Amino acid sequence: MPVETWLTFVLGIMIIGSVVALELKDILSAIIAIGIVGLGVSVAFLFLQAPDLAIVQFLFEIFAIIILIKAFIKKDYHVETPSRINLYLSGITVIILVVIFIFSIPIFKSLPVFGEPLMTTSQYYLDNGAAETGAANLVSSIILDYRAYDTLGEVTVLFTAILGALTVLRIKSRTKMEKR
Amino acid sequence: MKSHDGMTLIVKTVTRLSVWLIILYGLYIILHGHLTPGGGFGGGVVIALAFLNVLLAFGHKFTGEWLKIPLLEKLESGSTLLFMLVGLLGIFYAGSFLANYIIKGSLYHLFSAGTIPLLNIIIGVKVAMSLFLVVWVMAAFKIEEEEEQ
Repeated sequence: MPVETWLTFVLGIMIIGSVVALELKDILSAIIAIGIVGLGVSVAFLFLQAPDLAIVQFLFEIFAIIILIKAFIKKDYHVETPSRINLYLSGITVIILVVIFIFSIPIFKSLPVFGEPLMTTSQYYLDNGAAETGAANLVSSIILDYRAYDTLGEVTVLFTAILGALTVLRIKSRTKMEKR
Repeated sequence: MKSHDGMTLIVKTVTRLSVWLIILYGLYIILHGHLTPGGGFGGGVVIALAFLNVLLAFGHKFTGEWLKIPLLEKLESGSTLLFMLVGLLGIFYAGSFLANYIIKGSLYHLFSAGTIPLLNIIIGVKVAMSLFLVVWVMAAFKIEEEEEQ
């Protein structure tokens, strides 16, 4: 079977998983259903022959599920009662989405064919990457040599996020300590 | 038994046996990042998950004694600084920021590809420490809330 068929199959399972996650009443089951989406993305990367991305996506998905379970389990949630306004609002949302989809059909037609990118940069990397950087893994040579600035930005984002989390959570505990 | 005191004996025994294998696998992914799929991000998450495994199985108190948390915090911020340092050294040796200035070596060898393995190790340490510390701080925050109640 061609790759596109498998990708459509994986996408269908992901859509079913997210719908199930929305409809389930139990919070633990809903979190596990969300996990289907992330693992589906990981499988899709494997079908597209991108094992680097598949590994990172798979591991981060497990990490995210652990954090979600630790953060959201054993808590009280208000149950939304079905009301008339919500029904109208969801109807309007569906109509707007359908209109956007209809107007974007011409753009889909102008996209390049699947598997044939317009960029010539990637062909340059494929031809000269191994010789210029000495790394057998081309992805590694791109993110740490040709595009090392991007990686520096990612490291900075990670650093700032962790700094923010540490600061916010510790300020609260410190004020509690002072009260005692 | 409180919820943050760890899990049963079965989970603890399995964790004691498997955690070093998981850490070894993470180190393998980081060190071979320039040869096989993977790299600093993937390997760092594997190591963070190994630490997280210990935290979930043995509880907060044991993990705090096993891992030196202040050291992890210093490693976490120090690795960002090291990344910048490697980049700045590129200005002196090759003329541009983050240039690949170490000898490339031959293809498919472990010691090859210049600064790429070095940056992979730095990113691996960074990702492992920061992801673990977030969960650690969240767990500590939760325990304090429970103690108040």
